[in-house]
Amino acid sequence: MVVDNLGDERIDQVFRALADTTRRDIVSRTLGTELSVTTLARSYAMSFAAVQKHVAVLERAGLVTKVRRGREQLVRCDIETVRRAHRLLGELEDLWRARMDRFGEALVAADAPTTDDPDTDDEGVAS
Amino acid sequence: MTVTNVHKDPEALTMTITSEFDAPVTRVWQLWENPRDLERWWGPPEYPATFEEHDLRPGGIVTYFMTGPDGDKPRGYWRVRNVEPPHQLEFEDGFADDSGKPNRDMPVTTLRVTITALDARRTRMAIETSFPSLEAMERLLEMGMDEGMSSALGQIDAILRSAPKS
Repeated sequence: MVVDNLGDERIDQVFRALADTTRRDIVSRTLGTELSVTTLARSYAMSFAAVQKHVAVLERAGLVTKVRRGREQLVRCDIETVRRAHRLLGELEDLWRARMDRFGEALVAADAPTTDDPDTDDEGVAS
Repeated sequence: MTVTNVHKDPEALTMTITSEFDAPVTRVWQLWENPRDLERWWGPPEYPATFEEHDLRPGGIVTYFMTGPDGDKPRGYWRVRNVEPPHQLEFEDGFADDSGKPNRDMPVTTLRVTITALDARRTRMAIETSFPSLEAMERLLEMGMDEGMSSALGQIDAILRSAPKS
């Protein structure tokens, strides 16, 4: 659930991703801000597709995130953001798993056709 | 096991939880449609929910409050965007003030529920939750955690195990 636990393989991936001048440049230029792949591609003497490949390597290493906005693909380097989102989604998962467990339980209780029952108390079906 | 899949997308800030139930589609829908059934599962045992208004029509409003162990009563509301019984429900879930009016200072979550029949007696339900921003998500989950859901997990498992199958 938590992504702080970077394995050796993952660390290798990060180092490999950063072992390239263009990729290091992309990281530093998108740190905390968003740039489209198109904008990035204009800065380098290489094709759009080649820049896109560099971005994909960084993305796999978890160093940048790509967000689609309309036709644009925005690249952003914000590792902390991704970490926070992962952690929060983990908490959300816990919340909904518990809720779905209760849903399953209520489904069993709803077997008999229910009517409005003002006597239903907080204990629900736990009798 | 109820939950069959959880898909989290940290970039899009969405989570989709998919569950399967041994019940026909109409009965699964009933747990959304009937406020008394909804109360059985929306809130955790420490924070049971009570639904007041419950108008499941496009543009309709659902209001509820939860009762905490110290008597605190946080209020919430849904604004129904789309509904196609017994298969689809889409709504915004937000916080309300003490009089039940939507609290515009608090971000809203959008929920999209899709209910499909696997066969006559089995149903799949997918619920997609999406947040407007990471900050909104953080804020809402901090409040959600106050519902004390973690301690509820153990109890529910016990109840589920002892629940008779139809």
